[in-house]
Amino acid sequence: MAILVFVESADGKIKKTSVEAVCYARAMGGPVTAIALGTVDRSELESLGTYGANKVLHASDEKLGQGVIQACASVLARAMQDEQSDILVLANSSLGTPVAARVAARINASLASNVVSLPDTSSGFVVKKSIYTGKAFSYVELTHPKKIIVIRKNAVEVKQDGNPAQVTPYKAAYSDGDFAVRVLSSEKASGEVLLPEANIVVSGGRGMKGPENWHMLEDLARTLHAATACSKPVSDIGWRPHHEHVGQTGIKVAPQLYIAVGISGAIQHLAGVNSSKCIVVINKDPEAPFFKAADYGIVGDAFEIIPKLTEAIKAAK
Amino acid sequence: MKILVCITHVPDTTSKINFKDNNTKFDNSGVQYIIGPYDDYALARAVELKEATGSSLTVLNVGLAETEPTIRKALAIGADDAIRVDADPVDSFFVASQIAAQAAAGAYDLILMGRESIDYNSGVVHSLVGEMLGIPSISPVMKLDISGNVAKLTREIEGGKELLEVSLPLVAGCQEPIAEWKIPNMRGIMSARTKPLKVVQAKAVDSGVRLLKFELPPPKGAVKMIPADQVAQLVTLLKTEAKVL
Ligand SMILES: Cc1cc2nc3c(=O)[nH]c(=O)nc-3n(C[C@H](O)[C@H](O)[C@H](O)COP(=O)(O)OP(=O)(O)OC[C@H]3O[C@@H](n4cnc5c(N)ncnc54)[C@H](O)[C@@H]3O)c2cc1C
Ligand SMILES: Nc1ncnc2c1ncn2[C@@H]1O[C@H](COP(=O)(O)O)[C@@H](O)[C@H]1O
Repeated sequence: MAILVFVESADGKIKKTSVEAVCYARAMGGPVTAIALGTVDRSELESLGTYGANKVLHASDEKLGQGVIQACASVLARAMQDEQSDILVLANSSLGTPVAARVAARINASLASNVVSLPDTSSGFVVKKSIYTGKAFSYVELTHPKKIIVIRKNAVEVKQDGNPAQVTPYKAAYSDGDFAVRVLSSEKASGEVLLPEANIVVSGGRGMKGPENWHMLEDLARTLHAATACSKPVSDIGWRPHHEHVGQTGIKVAPQLYIAVGISGAIQHLAGVNSSKCIVVINKDPEAPFFKAADYGIVGDAFEIIPKLTEAIKAAK
Repeated sequence: MKILVCITHVPDTTSKINFKDNNTKFDNSGVQYIIGPYDDYALARAVELKEATGSSLTVLNVGLAETEPTIRKALAIGADDAIRVDADPVDSFFVASQIAAQAAAGAYDLILMGRESIDYNSGVVHSLVGEMLGIPSISPVMKLDISGNVAKLTREIEGGKELLEVSLPLVAGCQEPIAEWKIPNMRGIMSARTKPLKVVQAKAVDSGVRLLKFELPPPKGAVKMIPADQVAQLVTLLKTEAKVL
């Protein structure tokens, strides 16, 4: 089973979720080839070997670094052919998922997205997927010879114990038509921990009373090296940007630790966070439904508890 | 312009999820069905574009007869006519193949979908359809404007957004704040009853994906409450017990 892994990067650094994809491929067995597009630091590419890549391909065309979906799909479809890959593994992202789907339609591969664990190959090739917005799972068998798997965060443990890999330049094949979608501009929050990548998320709801109080959550997040998030009404009223809104109609997160402050725990909010490993709820109302979905809870006023929590974490470091 | 909106028929967001027949079928007893919330955004934007540009607006669902009340609701919100591809929407590749066949036959300029369905959450049908038709697919789209033959869109990316420009035809997966959800009015509901709803046969497709069974997550253990004046104890538990710090 030869496996190709699509590796995404931002500002020259490999994304954590892509490192997970390499670890996933390694845990599956077969020889692992990683492919990265655009400008990426050489040391970063070499480090993919330490996570299990046997071979690292790098198509350094700057144009490919823009994340144009059709162009990436063309390059990957061709790379699967060149490398005679049976399986393509990608991490779920705004680029990875659409690229996976386009490659699947192009080469007629079995496609599974939102995959949460390693395949079971004891009889056929069966993967477990998260469905109903985290409220259930399904087991599906992938029957075509070529398979494409899009993994969710935390689908596999990250292990680093191999040697750095050789990086081989790769001549990518794409056409002008692949750039039919023109990127006019893009805005990205920089220097912060990105929400879909974060291991710890600090999230605030309407109980925070106003945007002027968010500095408390930002202090806590900085102390924990966490990303900040919010409930839907908070982004609807404009206290926080839309890309921080989690839940049924927002981002689905699966961090190690989710800290919910002044959020009631409506079912639509829980749908976006129920795959978190550990949930802490801080709410002044002991009847808040979120406590039923929590691992740890504190009943009390967020404005008193949050600064104390930040101090306690600093003290424990 | 000819607009196609693809809608799912899904359990309301507050539904409890259960399975039956040895965990091989969704248990729909007591479940209320709605238009997928993201599809509802797509539909709302399509109605606005139809009114602004005098376009035609068709809705499409791949589903069994039970989805017709949901399709009628989309007609009441403002679609002109509807197509139902008569099949159980078992997986994304199958569904996308059906949509692509209908879209090719109808020569639509703009195909709007939701960013994802809330039952399968695959987030792939728009990209599959785009590839099958050989046209661009963009998702998740927060803003969409059309002028002549050119679309300008804002797409959400990790921690931000990008502004894109592309010529039609196009497939887009929509999310808020692209438009406000529309509630059907009395006149819409009356006229929806007589708007055309065409039922077509599905084509055979081997999607290479076979559903074996469903599973519910294990029940959550009881919450551990920590007194408000013992915050340090929480930090200790997160370190030593939960092992997440
Ligand atoms: C189709 C649909 C989709 C939706 N999608 C989403 C979604 O994706 N994400 C989402 O979040 N919501 C979503 N919602 C909305 C959801 O139903 C809730 O309305 C929303 O999550 C509530 O947000 P909240 O908890 O911040 O506010 P509230 O429900 O108002 O809760 C505020 C909480 O703060 C507590 N509080 C107040 N003051 C303090 C204090 N000083 N200290 C501590 N606690 C305090 C209160 O006790 C209360 O529990 C959706 C709804 C629908 C119908
Ligand atoms: N059975 C279906 N019938 C019509 N459209 C669908 C169907 N399933 C998915 N779609 C469309 O594809 C989008 C993405 O779905 P998914 O890839 O399942 O997350 C949905 O928001 C719908 O617009």
